[in-house]
Amino acid sequence: MKTEILKIAAAHLKPFLLILSLVVLYRGHNEPGGGFIAGLLAGMAYVIYAGAFGVGKAKQLRLAKPMFFMGLGIGIALFSGMIGLMNGAESIFTGVWTTLTFGTYSLKLGTPLLFDLGVYLTVAGMLVKIIFTVMEEDV
Amino acid sequence: MSLLMAILIGFLYAVSIYLLLRRSIVKLVLGILFLSYATNLMLFFAGGLTETSPAFADPNAGAEIIQTSDPLPQALILTALVIGFGVAAFSMVLIYRFYKETGTVDLDELSEPEKS
Amino acid sequence: MLGIVPASLFFVFLSKIPAVGWADDFKEVYPWIQDLGIGFSFNLDGLSLFFALLVTGVGALIMIYAGYYMRSYQKTNRFFGYLVFFMAAMLGLVTASDWITLFMFWEFTSISSFMLIGFKHEKTAAREAALQALLITGVGGLALLAGLIMMSLPYDTFSFEAVINDPQPFLQSRLFVPATLLILTGAFTKSAIFPFHFWLPGAMQAPSPVSAFLHSATMVKAGIYLMARLHPVMESQELWIYTLSVFGVVTMFVGAWFALAQQDLKKILAYTTVSALGTMVLLIGTSTAYSVTAALVFLLVHAFYKATLFMMAGNIEKITGTRDMNQLGQLNRYMPVATVISLLALLSMSGIPPMIGFIGKELMYEAKLNAPAAGNFILLTGFLANAFTVFVSLRFAFGVFWNKKQDFKKQPHEPDLSLLAGPAVLVFISLLLGIFPNQIAGLLGPAFQAILPGETLIKLKLWHGFNEILLLSFLTVLLGIVMFVFRKAIIRIVSYLNSNYFNLKLSQRFFAGIDVFLNFTKKKTAVVQHGYHRFYLMTIFIAAALLLILTMPAIDFQFDFDLKFDGLSFFVMLAAIMIIAGSIAVVVAQSRLVALIAAGFVGIGLTIVFILYSGVDLAITMVMVETLTVVLGAMVVYHLPKYLNYSGVGSRIRDGIVAVFFGFVMGFLALQTSKPTTITKISDYFVENSYPKAFGENIVNVILVDFRALDTLGEIVVLALAALGIVSLLKLNARKKSSR
Repeated sequence: MKTEILKIAAAHLKPFLLILSLVVLYRGHNEPGGGFIAGLLAGMAYVIYAGAFGVGKAKQLRLAKPMFFMGLGIGIALFSGMIGLMNGAESIFTGVWTTLTFGTYSLKLGTPLLFDLGVYLTVAGMLVKIIFTVMEEDV
Repeated sequence: MSLLMAILIGFLYAVSIYLLLRRSIVKLVLGILFLSYATNLMLFFAGGLTETSPAFADPNAGAEIIQTSDPLPQALILTALVIGFGVAAFSMVLIYRFYKETGTVDLDELSEPEKS
Repeated sequence: MLGIVPASLFFVFLSKIPAVGWADDFKEVYPWIQDLGIGFSFNLDGLSLFFALLVTGVGALIMIYAGYYMRSYQKTNRFFGYLVFFMAAMLGLVTASDWITLFMFWEFTSISSFMLIGFKHEKTAAREAALQALLITGVGGLALLAGLIMMSLPYDTFSFEAVINDPQPFLQSRLFVPATLLILTGAFTKSAIFPFHFWLPGAMQAPSPVSAFLHSATMVKAGIYLMARLHPVMESQELWIYTLSVFGVVTMFVGAWFALAQQDLKKILAYTTVSALGTMVLLIGTSTAYSVTAALVFLLVHAFYKATLFMMAGNIEKITGTRDMNQLGQLNRYMPVATVISLLALLSMSGIPPMIGFIGKELMYEAKLNAPAAGNFILLTGFLANAFTVFVSLRFAFGVFWNKKQDFKKQPHEPDLSLLAGPAVLVFISLLLGIFPNQIAGLLGPAFQAILPGETLIKLKLWHGFNEILLLSFLTVLLGIVMFVFRKAIIRIVSYLNSNYFNLKLSQRFFAGIDVFLNFTKKKTAVVQHGYHRFYLMTIFIAAALLLILTMPAIDFQFDFDLKFDGLSFFVMLAAIMIIAGSIAVVVAQSRLVALIAAGFVGIGLTIVFILYSGVDLAITMVMVETLTVVLGAMVVYHLPKYLNYSGVGSRIRDGIVAVFFGFVMGFLALQTSKPTTITKISDYFVENSYPKAFGENIVNVILVDFRALDTLGEIVVLALAALGIVSLLKLNARKKSSR
């Protein structure tokens, strides 16, 4: 199953999928996309990589720390809910928005986006963790 | 149109129940998968079927009700899908462990837990 | 010594009550569950005060007694805890002025009684007796609750005042008969009225202070209190009068009869208590000024002499090591003071002057002579029961204090002063009140008014002059003495009759009944909890389908949905065909992998549906989830054995029918949901506010990360948990293997 074609494809797909996932994550608020989809995409990058090179190698990748990202994701999501509270809102998960402007480009940032980042990390972490664990059992 | 959808929903439910009632635990897991298919479709259908108008708000429209497909069921299904994956993965691993521990995939052999 | 503290506390309480309680009404009301008209309220009227004084007065003496009596026992802290708990519960019971409050304290007394009867829990007999008492009074308590609720239904409130001030709505309600019977069941079980009397002799397993306090002087009188409390409501009702009279007479006689041949001192006292309780029920049911006066006097008298005798029985047991009549005798030589006290109490029990017991019995005879219905029959049974009591008293006195037999386990001596103080005080009061009976009129008067408003208390006198009542009293004592002369023959005859004809064995039957019930529930559990996973599921689905069908008529049926397959585009047909073909393939597939891929096919079919009907995000997610599921499934299934068909044709057809049935119901439900409704949808809010408030155009995403973010947070936690679960399922296994 570990063919050269798949290896080359996987190696190149991985960064592409990761960047794509970030784009999908950011644009999710206004266009199709969002944390769940982006998280699945990012996880997919690692799944394909593991399929091509084997789990052992995939686990050595720099970002392959699924448990850490799962925890981080939930932490970020929870923290994003607290920001509103700190700003004096009455209930948890009240949105706070700011706009960063770089010349003509403006970047709209808000706690919902932060929350979506948490979702993204958790979903990706979960996916990678599950698939890796099951794959390890295979070997 | 709605009739076809209703038939599909009923059909998916029937298949899922039939699979759930099998003795093989593999079919039980497939049954769970189909149960979530059926329920997702049901939710989607219950939100109303609208062609070619995804649930997007118009930034210029202000606080007006825009005719779009119902976003709430879609949000529900979106999480249900991902959770469904988690459940499917968990149940698959569970049957794998089940088989390793008991050496069978027949549910009826589980029926007397005291003896095992 | 432990007993001293609560005892002194109760003395303080006792001293305060007269100062506070002589007002007609002394109310404490706390709102509790206002919507249901339930209050946590108390009211101290004459009747309550009468009982409260009884509880605290006798309670204080018992506490002193118990403080010394319980010295030889283990875990006395617990014992006094229970006892104080009971005392508090009993006080709450008699002062409550709300039916639910009363019920609550009623159950508290049952629980504390259970704890106290089972105090010597190392003994099987004590455990069984405790369980029996709890179950009987508990069932009675439930009946009482049901009855009280039924009674209060016509009113908005559960307070006493509503029903007592205006009984008509209750008396005329359809629930009058069941409510009355249920309340009486509660009162009868508590007060050990035939046929529920058998728990009381069993309760003699408790230590003697408990028998003296709970099972003669106070707790068993709770039923009497309830009947007295309700009497003003019910006095004109034939159902009430006759039920009370009949059960009272029967219990009075049965109790006295079974007391005749007992050998155990406490059992003798227990059966005479049953008889006395029956007498009180009868007297309340007779409902004349004489009878109610008699009931109150007798209640007081009985509490005094019975508590005394129980304490003395406890003393005797403590000192000689036995309470079996056959092993006792000539105790007058060793304990003269105790003998005098016991004799005076027995005189009171037999109704011989100058004890107050005599006044009680005189009043009883007077009441029975004046009974409105079936007077002669009641008089005759009452006469016999009293004669039996005299006989029992004589037997008690002679058997314990003079009989020549001696089979002590220990060398007897005079009991400690503190063990005699309680009985001595009670007997002294009995004697004093016998000579100056009207001293208690001030106490009995208000209580009397609460039971029989509009009438007045009969004046109490020790000496009524020579009349038929005195003659009756004389004859009673005479019959008792005659019976005593022929005691051996009588005991033999009664024992013979009891074991051959009147062997009711209610207690054993009770436990047999419990066994039958337990077996039944075991079988029921075996049938319902059969252990077959599939049949549980089948039960659930069939039930769900049937319930759905049941709710269908509530939906406005309109068979005007279009039956045409209109607007079927190519892609819709494609999706439908994929879904149906995939499903069929999954069902008939002989290979696991084929089944899995077919399932993936169905998923893709669904994805097409999502794309077609504006679910863009859904479609993207679905594709990925589907792919991952199939990949994961393939990896797992790889390790599993071949796909096997375990089921026969019959069960397949059966499951098929269930499946099609459920599918049909769900499809029908789906059709119902597709009809346009006028209900305001929740999602309208989201659609309206998605951009203005949350600055997002993708409404689905906005709902997920903003409006319902807390839900999403929960969901991602679940996802993380699923991953953790999988890790633990697989990795822990590996660790286990490697350790092997």
